[in-house]
Amino acid sequence: MSSMLKKAVTVSIPSVRQALARSNPVLANALLAKRSYNSKGGVEMTVRDALNSALEEEMTADEKVYLLGEEVGQYNGAYKVSKGLLDKFGPKRVIDTPITESGFCGLAVGSAFAGLKPVCEFMTWNFAMQAIDQIVNSAAKTHYMSGGNVDCPITFRGPNGAAAGVAAQHSQCFAAWYGSVPGLKVVSPWNSEDAKGLLKAAIRDPNPVTIIKSVKKTNRLVTVEGGWPQYGVGSEICAQIMESEAFDHLDAPVVRVTGADVPTPYAQNLEAFAFPDTEVIARVVKRTLNKKIGA
Amino acid sequence: MLSSQKINLAKVAAKAFITPLTVRTFASSAARSVNINLHKGSFESYNCDLPSLDVEISKEELVRMYRSMVTMRRMEMASDGLYKAKLIRGFCHLCTGQEAVAVGMETALTAEDKIITAYRCHGFTYMRGGSITSILAELLGRKAGISGGKGGSMHMFTPNFFGGNGIVGAQVPLGAGIAFAQKYLGHKAATFSLYGDGASNQGQVFEAYNMAKLWELPAVFVCENNRYGMGTAANRSSANTSYFKRGDYIPGLKVNGMDVLAVHQAVAYAKEWTVSGKGPLLLEMETYRYGGHSMSDPGTTYRTREEIQHMRSNNDPITGLKQRLLEFNIITEDEMKAIDKAARVEVDQAVEEAKASGEPDLSEFWTQIYQKDSGVPYVRGREPEEFHRY
Repeated sequence: MSSMLKKAVTVSIPSVRQALARSNPVLANALLAKRSYNSKGGVEMTVRDALNSALEEEMTADEKVYLLGEEVGQYNGAYKVSKGLLDKFGPKRVIDTPITESGFCGLAVGSAFAGLKPVCEFMTWNFAMQAIDQIVNSAAKTHYMSGGNVDCPITFRGPNGAAAGVAAQHSQCFAAWYGSVPGLKVVSPWNSEDAKGLLKAAIRDPNPVTIIKSVKKTNRLVTVEGGWPQYGVGSEICAQIMESEAFDHLDAPVVRVTGADVPTPYAQNLEAFAFPDTEVIARVVKRTLNKKIGA
Repeated sequence: MLSSQKINLAKVAAKAFITPLTVRTFASSAARSVNINLHKGSFESYNCDLPSLDVEISKEELVRMYRSMVTMRRMEMASDGLYKAKLIRGFCHLCTGQEAVAVGMETALTAEDKIITAYRCHGFTYMRGGSITSILAELLGRKAGISGGKGGSMHMFTPNFFGGNGIVGAQVPLGAGIAFAQKYLGHKAATFSLYGDGASNQGQVFEAYNMAKLWELPAVFVCENNRYGMGTAANRSSANTSYFKRGDYIPGLKVNGMDVLAVHQAVAYAKEWTVSGKGPLLLEMETYRYGGHSMSDPGTTYRTREEIQHMRSNNDPITGLKQRLLEFNIITEDEMKAIDKAARVEVDQAVEEAKASGEPDLSEFWTQIYQKDSGVPYVRGREPEEFHRY
């Protein structure tokens, strides 16, 4: 996998792509990366199976790769991503942790400092908030602070963003928070092919990498994400476009479609207002298409 | 990778080195080692045996301990001066008074063993192979600094020393992870994770204890109890100040951390314990810092000057070892003075070298955010026109 994304960006902006490629290599790389993952042909598999096969292949290839997290072993993974791995690799390399995110994330990071290649799984990224200090202050910053003397080849993975009916504390999208951290690579797979490729690449990558799994689509004027609107990924994309030649190609202001600026409610009718759906996206796109600067 | 100027390779690789001074001292008496009896109150145990109070140690090791502590103190005093001269910025946490812990630990370990601590790390960095010049240069934010000037006082590392960590308590799970890696890789090495009385109540410390015991990691957790977490006395922060018992299911040992030989003995015991497969162990080093928590803290608003003076006069680790060296005729007063003087000269020279080093090249601003050549093409600066392409 040639290009790893620094920001949590898997967006495509078809008609301004060329302008971006000249002026903003990061976003351009994102577009190219996305295209190269979506090849034709091959085997159809679920994201979960894609991740499972990525883990299996990387653990087979490198003895230093190991997996730890809650329920990753005997339970075969809370979402079955690690199914069969304990049987295949044994308890030395597939480790069920206690429910202590701060501790086991720190342990994983320390083991990476000492030469191993951990895959640290969070049951959801919401729980990783307990470990965010270790991810940001220990994993992301140490290579720089040590003047290059300490390495941290760790991969953090887990489900991110909304799920149905799980309410406020289990529905947050962390793309913006982790995406903002220098020293951390953040990737967000779009489909199974992405998922397998990105997980394999992340494990092989010598930097700390976080893999957050969510659905994001944009068209040329509209960004769409599940996260909260303020200071988010969409805001970042808008800013980057504004600062680039792409700005000159816009016929209308960029619009962000985001999660509502509200802790996610539980009741289904209320929850329906919390995250973008096709109706909202279509409405905004149409509205945007009807606008033209100067008209 | 660290250059040879930054790491004293002799220190890292070899436990023993002979200097002309120590060769001279052998001439003064026939035996190469001595047996020293530690004071009965040196240790207290929790669910484990006490280490022996009888220490057998070579004379050259004792002299080395003395030299190390004296040099370390000189180095910290020099840092104090540089800070007051405003050549060091930000935080600076000195270990003056606590020298016996870093020195006693190092003499009981090998280069394969690992250490991690928090921000009071200059002494450990020195013992683990960092050169004085590279430590001082780091404090000054210079190119010759052990972290290239990019980390500062709290972020110093050597191949077997993992810092230098700024977030209180975070180093403890990291240390458990380093121990995990030793076990995973089949290395017969112990990992020592140090934290203070202030950090001892952190939840993540207990999370680390739990995993270390569950998975029988070769981890030694060391509470450097200097009685004050910044300005808060231990009994105001901790419902249970018997830090060596806080591991509950992990046995523990309380140690007189002002006695370098007691520290040495306890650390040797702990290493043997963990490496032989008994799982983790907890050590509490009772120690004391003469200075404040950091250079921003006078250290006298929450404790009395009498207390500080009492510790200096009665419990100083360097004076304590000095008395032993004289009592056992290891070296003479004059030889000791020569060591003191040599340490001062060495540190003064290092100060000059550190000062002579320039600031890091501006290009270093952009390096080591990510690993070199790992696919990141571009990093943005403060505004769109300020950026770096790799």
